[in-house]
Amino acid sequence: MPAFPPNAAQTQEPPDVALARAGLEREPYVSNGHNAVWVGDRIAAVIQNPAPTWWWVCLFIALGLAGFTGLGLIYLITTGVGVWGENRAANWAWDITNFVFWIGIGHAGTMIAAVLYLTRQRWATGINRAAEAMTIFAVMCAGIYPAVHVGRVWFAWYLAPIPNGNAIWPNFRSPLLWDVFAVSTYLSVSIMFWYVGLIPDAAAMRDRVQNKIGKYFYAMFCLGWRGSARQWANYEFCYLMLAGIATLLVISTCTVVSSDFSTSVIPGWHGTIFIPYFGVGAIYGGFCMLIILLVPIRQFYKLEDIITLRHIDLCCRFTLLMALLITYIYGMEFFIAYYGGSPNERHTFFYDRIRGPYWLTWYAMIFANSIIVQLFWMKKVRRNPWLAFCIVLVPSVGMWLERYVIIVVSVTRDYLPSSWGMFYPTWVDIMTFAGTFGVFFLLYLLFIRFLPVIAISEVRGALPEANPHHAPVVLAHDAPETDVTEVHHG
Amino acid sequence: MADAVALRPLVVPVGSPLPPNLYAVACEFAGPAEVYHAAEKIRDLGFKWWDCYTPYYVHGLDRAMGQRKSFVPWFTLAGGLGGLVGAFLLVVITSVWVYPMDTQGKPYFALPAFVPILDLVMILLSAIVSILGMTTLSLLPRLHHPLWEWDAFMRATNDKFFVVIEANDPKFNEKATAELLKQLGGTNLTFIGDVA
Repeated sequence: MPAFPPNAAQTQEPPDVALARAGLEREPYVSNGHNAVWVGDRIAAVIQNPAPTWWWVCLFIALGLAGFTGLGLIYLITTGVGVWGENRAANWAWDITNFVFWIGIGHAGTMIAAVLYLTRQRWATGINRAAEAMTIFAVMCAGIYPAVHVGRVWFAWYLAPIPNGNAIWPNFRSPLLWDVFAVSTYLSVSIMFWYVGLIPDAAAMRDRVQNKIGKYFYAMFCLGWRGSARQWANYEFCYLMLAGIATLLVISTCTVVSSDFSTSVIPGWHGTIFIPYFGVGAIYGGFCMLIILLVPIRQFYKLEDIITLRHIDLCCRFTLLMALLITYIYGMEFFIAYYGGSPNERHTFFYDRIRGPYWLTWYAMIFANSIIVQLFWMKKVRRNPWLAFCIVLVPSVGMWLERYVIIVVSVTRDYLPSSWGMFYPTWVDIMTFAGTFGVFFLLYLLFIRFLPVIAISEVRGALPEANPHHAPVVLAHDAPETDVTEVHHG
Repeated sequence: MADAVALRPLVVPVGSPLPPNLYAVACEFAGPAEVYHAAEKIRDLGFKWWDCYTPYYVHGLDRAMGQRKSFVPWFTLAGGLGGLVGAFLLVVITSVWVYPMDTQGKPYFALPAFVPILDLVMILLSAIVSILGMTTLSLLPRLHHPLWEWDAFMRATNDKFFVVIEANDPKFNEKATAELLKQLGGTNLTFIGDVA
């Protein structure tokens, strides 16, 4: 008996079988055969090397942009919600559009980190940290809007279940209160999930950095992690539990956010399809944002062997899948409007959406979300990161347009024609929204500078050599001459 | 006398005079397979107070060490149930008895409308309690540990694998245990002492 199972080179296989076998073999998670030490060095180098010039340039741009949100909010709070374009017809407009847009981007991060972990998609180890960070910062951007759109933000604490002297209490039967619970729980649990994932990596950074402040910061951050097998056993179970909890939570949150709409009676909102609709839309927009983040990171920090072309390819495939699902849902909305027989629903879809004053938005949405992504059927496109980057910019805009169509087109044309109207954003609307991108990228840039952007210990654990039962493959020219199987040289 | 004790080094290679307050004998292994097989042998010899240190989770190592399944999922369950019951009481007591408010003709006790709140508080509490369970069972947070006196141990989070057998173990014997680790293939055999 040979010591190792004979491989293709040892057992003389016909060339077509060998070719088929090669085709079935999965690409490794880390390409070019790098080992665990290289993985740690390369990821830690992002933090330990001096910040590159582009990082400083991006940081200042993001900081400047974030200032717009700050100014917009100060102006709003000191003056009143009248500075936004909202009016009697459109009580909700950009505020809730932007809220749903950002919270959706968050959902994809949880989806990648938790659902792909539960389903044992180990390739996701390379991108889950980046995705979780995206979740947290996107939810922070989302959280700005529900907090300030109440008008008098200094009364926002009424939303919290705190005993008070006013003899009032939050109405737990209201979807808007569910929203408060959903968003705050989502943010809290996302931070916890992300933090637990970071503990072993922070310990690795503690043992690696030389400067005293850095060492102190990472030592505190990792809670004194030592990597003992007893700790790892508890840790892995905790991570598994949190992945399950986060999966449940992402479904709950998108259900609650969609319930803000579907529990009302506005035509175009009052539909049971809203829960999967928001879930799919969220994951779609989030995968687009993830590709936008990963492509520059892998390029500029030379992480191409960890965030491989296969990772980009798989993200593009997810994007395509979500595009097909959302196209189905767009179609199903029209079908139900036709089949349901409500004249108001029919008017909303067959007149307002496609021929009404906002018709251009609807066609732009269909082009961006359903059509352009069909390019991802081609492997060459999926494996070209910068091309994929340019393509997903379009559905990123498209997903914002989708929320705009759902919200503004529906509320400006409800049951009573005398209250119909139009919505026009003001400069405060535009400035505040543009600034949220600054807030998001500012936080993200700080994250990649100070914390490992890729889960070091998880990528190491997914390497073949990390398996204690892993036997190195014996190449034909390395095999001992005395082996009983016939050895072919060359 | 006390000063003399403090000056004795806490970390010494096996063979030198023992450090004060001997904590453990430790050694290094090159890879996960080596530490895995060593762990199986140490488990079979009946050691209890010992541990392996790895830079990443080595699958099956907990079983090779003879550990029981982690207790963390029970914390998750307890947190979830606690959150569910707590949220139910909060919502029902305030909505039905303390601050009954007639809004949109909805009943005071509207269980379907309470479900999202119950669900979300349950999730929040189960996540918090899972993490508290994990840190408690792992004896974290921790500001100091005798092993951190050992410079070689800095690589436990990078590329080296360690086995540490504590002096507390009933089967521990300085010479025999060090010899055992050597036979199992451990290198860089070291005695670790503790302050105070």
